[in-house]
Formats: sequence, structure tokens, C-alpha cells
Amino acid sequence: MTAWLLDLPLALGMFGAGAATLAARSLFGAVLGFISTGLIAALVWVRLEAPDVALTEAVIGAAATSVIILYVASRISGGASAPAPPPIAQRLLAATLSVILAALLAHALHALPDPAPSLAAPILETMAPTGLGNPVTAVLMVQRSLDTLLESAVLVFAVFAIWSMAPERRWGRAPGPAFIAEPQGPLTFLAKVLPPIGIVIGIYIAWVGADAPGGKFQGGTVLAAMWVLPWIAGLIAPPSISDMRLRLAIAAGPLVFLMVGLAGFAVADGFLAYPPGFAKPLILLIETAMTLSVAAALACMIAGPPERRAQP
Amino acid sequence: MTGTLGGALLVLAIALPLGATLLAFVHGGQAASRVARGALWLWLALAVAIMAAVIRQGEPISYQIGGFAPPIGIALAADGLAAAMLLAAAIILVAAGLFGRAAYPAPSWDKGGRAAFAYWCLLPALAASLAVAFLARDLFSLFVALEMLTFTALALACLDGRPSQFKAELRYLLFALLGSVLYLLGCALFYGAYGTLDIGLLAGNTRADAPTRLAGALMTVGLLAKMAVFPLHLWLPPAHAGAPPAGSALLSGLVVKGAFVLLVRLWFWVLPGPPVAGAELLATLGAAAILVGSVVALRQEKLKALIAYSTVAQIGYLFLMFPLLMAGDPDAATRAWMGGMLQATSHALAKAAMFLAAGLIVQSIGEDRVAGLCGAARATPFSVLAIGIGGLSLMGVPPSGGFTAKWMLLRASVDTGQWWWSLVILAGGLLTGGYVYRLVAAALSPAPEGATPRPVPRVQEAAVLVLALLSMVLGLLPLSMLGMAQIGQPVMAP
Repeated sequence: MTAWLLDLPLALGMFGAGAATLAARSLFGAVLGFISTGLIAALVWVRLEAPDVALTEAVIGAAATSVIILYVASRISGGASAPAPPPIAQRLLAATLSVILAALLAHALHALPDPAPSLAAPILETMAPTGLGNPVTAVLMVQRSLDTLLESAVLVFAVFAIWSMAPERRWGRAPGPAFIAEPQGPLTFLAKVLPPIGIVIGIYIAWVGADAPGGKFQGGTVLAAMWVLPWIAGLIAPPSISDMRLRLAIAAGPLVFLMVGLAGFAVADGFLAYPPGFAKPLILLIETAMTLSVAAALACMIAGPPERRAQP
Repeated sequence: MTGTLGGALLVLAIALPLGATLLAFVHGGQAASRVARGALWLWLALAVAIMAAVIRQGEPISYQIGGFAPPIGIALAADGLAAAMLLAAAIILVAAGLFGRAAYPAPSWDKGGRAAFAYWCLLPALAASLAVAFLARDLFSLFVALEMLTFTALALACLDGRPSQFKAELRYLLFALLGSVLYLLGCALFYGAYGTLDIGLLAGNTRADAPTRLAGALMTVGLLAKMAVFPLHLWLPPAHAGAPPAGSALLSGLVVKGAFVLLVRLWFWVLPGPPVAGAELLATLGAAAILVGSVVALRQEKLKALIAYSTVAQIGYLFLMFPLLMAGDPDAATRAWMGGMLQATSHALAKAAMFLAAGLIVQSIGEDRVAGLCGAARATPFSVLAIGIGGLSLMGVPPSGGFTAKWMLLRASVDTGQWWWSLVILAGGLLTGGYVYRLVAAALSPAPEGATPRPVPRVQEAAVLVLALLSMVLGLLPLSMLGMAQIGQPVMAP
């Protein structure tokens, strides 16, 4: 009965945050609006009883993406001035198209079958032999493992696409700019205090994913943040892209995933099939490698193309 | 048993180039180049094996990942369309590998090694992306393929590292991401409506209701943006013309065909009933693309810009098959289908050959204006020959793959009483003849006094010529062999 008390503010909040993002006068203002939209969206997912999606939305949609945008905004203009807005006709056209699309989507959503067709029952049935407790992880790692494997490869594609945009003279150096440490600054303090806690939390989120909301993408993102913080504080420096250990860390996840998948031809029913009784340990092995790779790839994406010489 | 005989080949067609990409990325250096080239040859062998398996069995081969049948699992399948596209892609990528040995010889971490490292990671990455786009039978897996294609295409186009190119690519990225978002929205609607994204299960079971229509419309617009169909073509000419030759060849020849295969799967398998009005709209856009693209190509000053506008026009032909397939005449439908498939594969081969040849000509005579091509035929005879042969295929002159493609579309349009499309085909052929003539005539005119063309590597010219000849050979294949394209062809109810 009182559900609307929760839902109405969330719905209005989504609209408000979206409008604030569009109306913002500065890049930083727009990024703040974007972060709020993402956080409210995460709450909406909680309300819809989809904690895995909520966690992903908060960690990747709101946090990681915002860090990247914020960082880019600060690099292109110091964040002070926004670029000139597009002409009014173009904005009107975009607004009209968006409103029409929203109306059509609303109409279509109302015409969807109710109750919605669901695969929950067969998923729960087929996940039983794997020993996993979290059906979301089961879908990602068992029934639809091919998509997850390919998505993890997309991260590697993205990293080498970003690296390949480096200026020729900076090729082979370390990703991103150098930051100067301020020994007494608040950022330095944060960068020293937070990572020990954050690393434990990141590993926990990745580990618990087998049985509860969480998993490699969310955990890996937290780990990436725990690297980015001391990097921005000037306390640590990334290795150069010519360091094979860095590239191995980025590609380890999909490599291990692919090898386990191919081994399925020999020891199980085929590609990406797990031998009976070994499903959970194999999935944990893949998830461990993937957590490392997600963290390394995201950190590299935030840092950007190679820019400076690695410190000895 | 998790699939039909030979189904494991489909897995390998994805896993092999994917593994090669990861190894090339981790190892770097000269090994990256060797791993990529070796993997592409093996990939070609796999594509031949898949083609042979499909022809031998006379029906699509399939595989269920992890032993889970759809709807909970993901299926891969190769029908005539997938096998033909895969083989064309493999041939072009092997040629790009041969071409790249001279163009990108030394991947390293020192100054000058950047483009080579990226190139040898990108070739197998593109192979893996295309394999997923051609073989996956799940709308979401196909979305992942689109994402893989976007990243590889973007990086390939920026291989030169010129800031001016970044601007063109940013525009491409905006179109491509908008296309991805619309496609993904459509996926969500399909899942909400039917509880599955498997194309085999959706086929014949979709309803003509609001969610399905909207999903179909959103996904179609998204894919049209990625294919640069008129009037969403604005991003393509600068993006394709500004890329390095090998990049342009792969983008124009192959990347746009990935989205095309998705569109065909969506329209002829997933959407309910034959959506005739929509198909006519698509064909109208295609006709406009043929005429506008060809006319603009005729007026281009720069060699590569001309070839890029020609891509806008040639993509238009692919859309003429849509209303012809739905006219309810089985013979005409078969001709339209084979015409579409032949157009997709022969354009891929011919356009890849032309862009690579253009790169060699520019490299040799140091001139990229069409008017400045004089002497090119003496400096780089094989490249000019390749442009000529590829041009014949684009025009639709017999005996070429392009001729058979356009002839079949022409027959189908006459047989179904939709004669106006045949006028577009003929007009497009004449206009194409015009711009190809401009290129060849300029290249055949005598070199200016004191011109000193630089020699280009023989292996590069040979690879380019072989591609052009293959686009010609497609037109010499007997109809019985072309019939393999019909394996798994959708049956449209009248």
C-alpha cells in the first residue's frame, strides 16, 4: 500500500537528476548529475529486488564511469567551462526524438505479457550440479558463459584500442600522466588509509559472488579504484606498457577462461562445459583471474594511453 | 551430443582468433605478427572446413555452448550465409596479413612500433568479432559481437595516429554507440516479450504487437546507423577514407557486413510475418544510397574518398533484396537471396582489393588526387589492374561476382513486378562505370616528366590482385555451387 512512498521519490529523483545533468552549465556539474542518476538507478534496482544489478550499477555505472568522465573533463578544460552548446534546432530535434522514443517505450512496456516469461526455473534446475549459490553468477559462468568470455575479451580489446591512440613518441611508456605527491595533503592521507580496507572489500565482493550478490566485475572495479586512488595521489606509478606482467594481468582472465573452455572438449561435454564435480573450483579459478584482469583493465582504461616514462 | 557433426568447428572459428589476439597482446614484439598471421591461415582453413561441412550435410551445422540448449544456453550455427561470409572474411584477413608484413613489419615497444603492435592484435581480434557476428544465434551474443566490432574498427581506423582522423572516428563512435544502445533496447524488449533471445526459438513465434514492432524498429535503426545506410551515412566517408589502406579495406569490406548479417537475421528470422512496408522503406533507402553515393563518388577529388563513397552506394544494393524476398514468389525470393549474398561477398572482396590497391598507388606515386594518378599504371600495374577488376565487379560487368549479384536482383525485381528497382540497379551500374572510368583513365595516362615512382613490395601487389581476381571468380562459379547460399535460407510465407 505504501510502496509508492518509496517509489515516487525514486522516480522523481531519476527525472530530476537526469534533468540536472542536461541543464548543467559546467562539465563538472553535468558529471555530478550523472553520478546522482547512477546512484538513484542503483536504488531503483534494489527496490526491484535485483541486488546484483544494483551493485553493478553503483560500482560501474555510477562510480567507475564517473571517474573516467571526471578525469577526462578535468584534462580537457580544467572542468571550468563547458563547450559551446549545440544549436537550438539540434537540441530541439534531440529532445523531440527522445520524448517520442520514451512514449513508444512506455507504450510497449505496458503491452508486454504479464507475468513476464521467465527462465528462472530451468536456470535454478541446471545450476544445481555446479554448487553455485548465486543464480546470477550461474547464468554468467555456466549457461551463458560464452557471452561472459567475449565480454571479458572486449575489455582487452578496449585496452589495446586505447593504447594504440598514443602519440608515436610516447609509445612504450607508462599509461597516464604523472601526479605530484603532496605528503601532507588530504588525498595522500586517503590514499594511504583506504586501499588496505578497499582491497579486502574488493576481494570479498569478488569471492562472495559465487553464492551471494557480487562477483568479478564489481570486485575488480573496487580493486581498480584502490589502485587509482594512490596513483592520483602520486604515491605509486603504473608500469610501462612494455612490461609483460602488466599485459598478462590484463589478459589473464579471458586466457584462463578460454583455456578452461577448450579443456571442456577433452574432459567434459564440450566447449565451456565443466566436468562433474569440478565446476565450482574451475569457476572460482576463472573468477580469480577475471577479477585481476577487470581491475588491471579498468585501471588502464582510466589512466589512458601511454604518456610518461616509467619510474625506475 | 551438443550439436551437429562438425559443430566444434564453429567453436574453434571463434576461439582460435580470440586466443591469438590475447597471445599477441601479451607477448608483443615480432611474435605478435607471427601468431596473428599463423592464426589467420588456420582460420581460413577452418572457414573452408565449415563451408565443406555445410555443403556436405546440405543443412546448417550447429553447436550448443556448454551443452545447454536454448533458451537457457547459447547456440552457434553456420548456414549458407554464415559460411559464405566467414570464408570471404578469412580470405580478406589473410590478404591483410600478407599486406601487413610489409606495411607493419616491426611491432615493438620502441618509437615506431605502435601501429604494428596494434595492427597484429587487431587482425585476429577482427576475425574473432566477425566469427561471433556470423555464427552466434542469440540476439545478445550478437550484441557482444557488435561491441567487439566497434572497438576493433575504431582502433583500425586510427592506426595512423593522425589527430584529424580522431575527429572522424569520434563521429563514427557516436553513430556506432547510438546504434548499440538502440539494438540493446530492442534485445530487452524481445526478452521481456518472449523470455528468450535465441533466434531459432524466436523464428516463427513472434507476434506483431507493440513491443515486437518497436524492438524491431529500434534494432533496425541501430544497425542501419552502423552500416552507414543513407541518410545515416555521413560518418562513413571521412572515417573510411582517412584510415590507413589496410584499415579502410577491412572497414569497408568487412565491418559493415557484420551489421548486415545481423539485420538479415533480424528481418528474415525474428520479425513476425513479412513486414512488407518496412522492407520497401529499406529498399528505398538503399536505392537513394546507390544514386546519391554514386553521384557523390563521381565528383570526389581524392582517390580514397571516391572509393569510400562507392561503399555507401554498394551497401545500398544489399537492401534491394528485402522487398524482393517478401513478394511471395519462391523463385524470385531465391534469386534475391543469392543476389544479396553475392553482393555482400563480392563487394567485400572487390572493395578490400580497391582500398589496398589505392594505398599502394599513393605510396608509389605520392599523389592521392584522382587527377594526379597519371603514370600509376606504369608504376604499379598490378594495383591499377586490381582497381579495374574490382571496379568491373562493382559495376556489374560480366563475368564478375558483382554481375551475377546484380543480375539476380534484376531478375527478381522484374519477376515480382517491382521493375522500378531494376531501373535503380541499371542507373547505379552506369554511375559506377563513370567513377571507375575516371580512376582507370587517369591511371593509364602517361606519367608527368621526371616522375620517380617508388617501387612497392611484390607480395603486397600480389595479395591485392588475388583479392580482385577472387571477386571476379565468384561470377564464374556454377550456379550449383552458389546454391550453397540457400542452405538455411528462410522461407517467407506469401
